[in-house]
Amino acid sequence: MDSLIFFYFAGIILVTATLVVALRNPIYSALSLLVMFFHVAGLYVTLHAEFLAAIQIIVYAGAILVLYLFVVMLLNVKREERIHRQSLVAVLLGATLLTEAALLVFQSKGPVFPDATSSGSAGEVTGNTESIGQVLYSTYLFPFEVASLILLVAMVGAVILSKKGLLDQKS
Amino acid sequence: MTVPISYYVVLSGLIFLIGLVGVLTRRNIIIILLSIELMLNATNINFVAFSAYLGNLSGQVFVFFALTVAAAEVAVGLAIIIALYRHTPSINVDDFRLLKW
Repeated sequence: MDSLIFFYFAGIILVTATLVVALRNPIYSALSLLVMFFHVAGLYVTLHAEFLAAIQIIVYAGAILVLYLFVVMLLNVKREERIHRQSLVAVLLGATLLTEAALLVFQSKGPVFPDATSSGSAGEVTGNTESIGQVLYSTYLFPFEVASLILLVAMVGAVILSKKGLLDQKS
Repeated sequence: MTVPISYYVVLSGLIFLIGLVGVLTRRNIIIILLSIELMLNATNINFVAFSAYLGNLSGQVFVFFALTVAAAEVAVGLAIIIALYRHTPSINVDDFRLLKW
């Protein structure tokens, strides 16, 4: 049953991820990315990371994707060329790398990591919002503050970059 | 958990590959940013899977940080796209060769 749920989520994720890259219209790409985000959140729930599933839906689907759709509809550009000059080199290099990766994957031995059954009592509380908060605000307190700084810098940068006349005064 | 962790690793590897192909082959700058989101999600799946299997919460905290960086990247990236579009009315990356020699 568990593997059935996993294969459902994995299949939908792979199909929608391919659609994101393959579709021509950026709006359709963004919408299939939305479906993919929801299924990734479902995958998180099966991995007992409920807090991250909620965060995934709120931040990714609610904030980031809305920003994408906003910009796509603001720019409203339809014309796009798909294939470009280096496609032959790209196919050759890609085939080589794919063969290499397949060899690495299929020649490897069994799992290096212990199974879920051998993990200790810490596995029982995994995904609990309270325990995530305790780890986040004690062990990772400094990275947490740095993350807030990153958000501040991004906010200032976005405001300055989208100001009118930034690029015009140089050209 | 009956699903072995190698399945999750293969899944996230495949998603990362799809995102990489999108970054390398598409010319639409918005689709390139969307493909970067795909790659970030692939690493997040890996983090959460290993966090669940090893019984260690640090992986989920790192997904939290990756999400923060993704949000910052989207805000700055889309602002850059809008500024570029004001300068040159195009979102095709082949049209932007200002920094090429």
